[in-house]
Amino acid sequence: MTSAPVLALRGVSKRFGAVQVLTDVELEVHAGEVVALVGDNGAGKSTLVKTIAGVHPIDEGQIEWEGRPVNIHRPQDAQHLGVATVYQDLALCDNLDVVNNLYLGRELKRRGTLDEVTMEQKASELLSTLSIRIPSVRIPVASLSGGQRQVVAIARSLIGDPKVVILDEPTAALGVEQTAQVLDLVERLRERGLGVILISHNMVDVRAVADRVAVLRLGKNNGTFPVHGTSQETIIAAITGATDNAVTRRQSRTAEATQ
Amino acid sequence: MSNNIETPAPAVQQAVDPRLLVREQGFSGYISEFKRKIRGGELGSLPVIIGLIVIWAAFAASNGNFLSASNFEYIAYYMVGIGTLSIGLVFVLLLGEIDLSVGSVSGLAAAIFAVLSVTHGVNLWLATLAALATGAVIGAIHGFVFAKIGVPAFVVTLAGFLGWNGLMLWLLGDTGTINLPDTGLIHLFGGNSFFLNGDISGAYILAAVGVAAMLFSSLSEQGRRRRAKVPFRPTSEVVLRTAVLAVAAFGSAYVLNLHKGVPNNLVFFLAALIICDFVLRRTSYGRKIFAVGGNIEASRRAGINVAAIRISVYSIAGFFAALGGLVISATISSANQGGSDPNNLMMAIAAAVIGGTSLFGGRGKVWSALLGMLVIESINAGLFMLGEAQSVQYMITGGVLLAAVVVDSLSRRTQKSSGRA
Repeated sequence: MTSAPVLALRGVSKRFGAVQVLTDVELEVHAGEVVALVGDNGAGKSTLVKTIAGVHPIDEGQIEWEGRPVNIHRPQDAQHLGVATVYQDLALCDNLDVVNNLYLGRELKRRGTLDEVTMEQKASELLSTLSIRIPSVRIPVASLSGGQRQVVAIARSLIGDPKVVILDEPTAALGVEQTAQVLDLVERLRERGLGVILISHNMVDVRAVADRVAVLRLGKNNGTFPVHGTSQETIIAAITGATDNAVTRRQSRTAEATQ
Repeated sequence: MSNNIETPAPAVQQAVDPRLLVREQGFSGYISEFKRKIRGGELGSLPVIIGLIVIWAAFAASNGNFLSASNFEYIAYYMVGIGTLSIGLVFVLLLGEIDLSVGSVSGLAAAIFAVLSVTHGVNLWLATLAALATGAVIGAIHGFVFAKIGVPAFVVTLAGFLGWNGLMLWLLGDTGTINLPDTGLIHLFGGNSFFLNGDISGAYILAAVGVAAMLFSSLSEQGRRRRAKVPFRPTSEVVLRTAVLAVAAFGSAYVLNLHKGVPNNLVFFLAALIICDFVLRRTSYGRKIFAVGGNIEASRRAGINVAAIRISVYSIAGFFAALGGLVISATISSANQGGSDPNNLMMAIAAAVIGGTSLFGGRGKVWSALLGMLVIESINAGLFMLGEAQSVQYMITGGVLLAAVVVDSLSRRTQKSSGRA
């Protein structure tokens, strides 16, 4: 693992009116690493992701990109840095075919006109290197299944050559087989050296593909655990706050005192 | 684009999923694909072409003169004005929106042209430019109010429908009619102007150029796709498509030559259609229009400036409305208070929908302006020949429009149930 993380959040805070959504959140993502971001509903996962994606600018703290501080104010800023976000609602155009969706907004051109041939060729190549199977790259996205749409949406995020991919609940509402396909795809993203932030409620999925698990609870960090060597109970305890009580606080204080 | 995305496809062909749509090569593959599309509700231009044949057959059976060259010349000539309005409406319908102001804008543009050139003696081409620019600016204003302020397009353009009509009446003043001299653009769009002065070769030259251009572009695309190793149209399909176009083009040329030749305004109309078709299908701007019509949120996230697309599309609609207004005023050699006849608007919308552009956005072709106008103008001409009153004409056109919308909705439903919409 390289020394400088691709993306690092240092003490990020975000407030909506009277609600403090994020407080001093730290998060690091290295290249070739899958970081699962878990937490209960309302823990601030989505808000955290949106601050990285530039939808909600941060109030306090620092976002570092490859070791240097950057400002992300708009979605375009994040895209230019190399952050690709796949939202839960997939944001594909049903009436356009797979190739057109993959290249939407960054069409390849040839003499000023759309280069459909090269786009189709590259789309097929991309899908086959990701082992994505769809009936045809020239059918409307409307005719694809939920899992196929999800993998197309993820593949689409790769067109812009990102360094960090954020997946917001990619396996929600998918069947067993389709979930496995998406998890395979996440592993292939890691093999390509991308940093992946995976938001999921599904502990099985998280343990299957993630390297580290970052837990958010009530807008604060509640521990980061390596997946290997951490029991599921520990993670769930961190999510639900079972560790956050008078006994554990006392234990940690005495541990500090004895050091 | 980085190298890791351009990794070449694995040399070994992967096992093919049996559920994949594998298209058979050759002509039989084309037929089976065609059947599958029809079953899936992707009717395309088929209903309107069948409808056109039925209409022609019905009128031909009741009046022998309907299939005469002069009648087709009449249809070809009179469909251009409203057809031009319809081109702009196709753009708007592709966004899934509506523009009710095009009729009024067309009348206003004609009035501006007439007042500038006839009353104030401004240079003809300058007056033309002013009229067209007015249309584009008015459209942009509608688009701005809709896209930036968030007023529903229906209401914005309804206000435009009333307001610009009023402005036109005010401009034309008490006399209400300004006759236009047969010069400049008005001559070009008028009834005495034919391609190559109506020379018999003119029509055939146009047909030959069109067919050759289609054959060349199809073959060059086929070659590129073949070299890039992506699926390409079999030569038999290219030949079939070109043959269908050739029959239509040379047939029309022959029929028009029996009378006076190809009216210049039809040449202009076809040129406008080809340019718009190119913009919609081959440029990233056109792709963005389809994307916004398909899913606004997805378009926004893809970095498309949705407001800019909307404003520009309404501006295009305004431009074509103004252009159509000039064509209409040329065919009647005057700008008068009937210039913003609401029927023009209704016919223009009907033409786009009858031609196969979906009211639901994201699906359609600019050619529907041509096909729809052929249907409407055929009905008009046929009923006129039979001596039927306007009342009957409206009822029948209304019925055809309803039928077209029903076909659109049903095909959309079929596409949904077969997972294609």
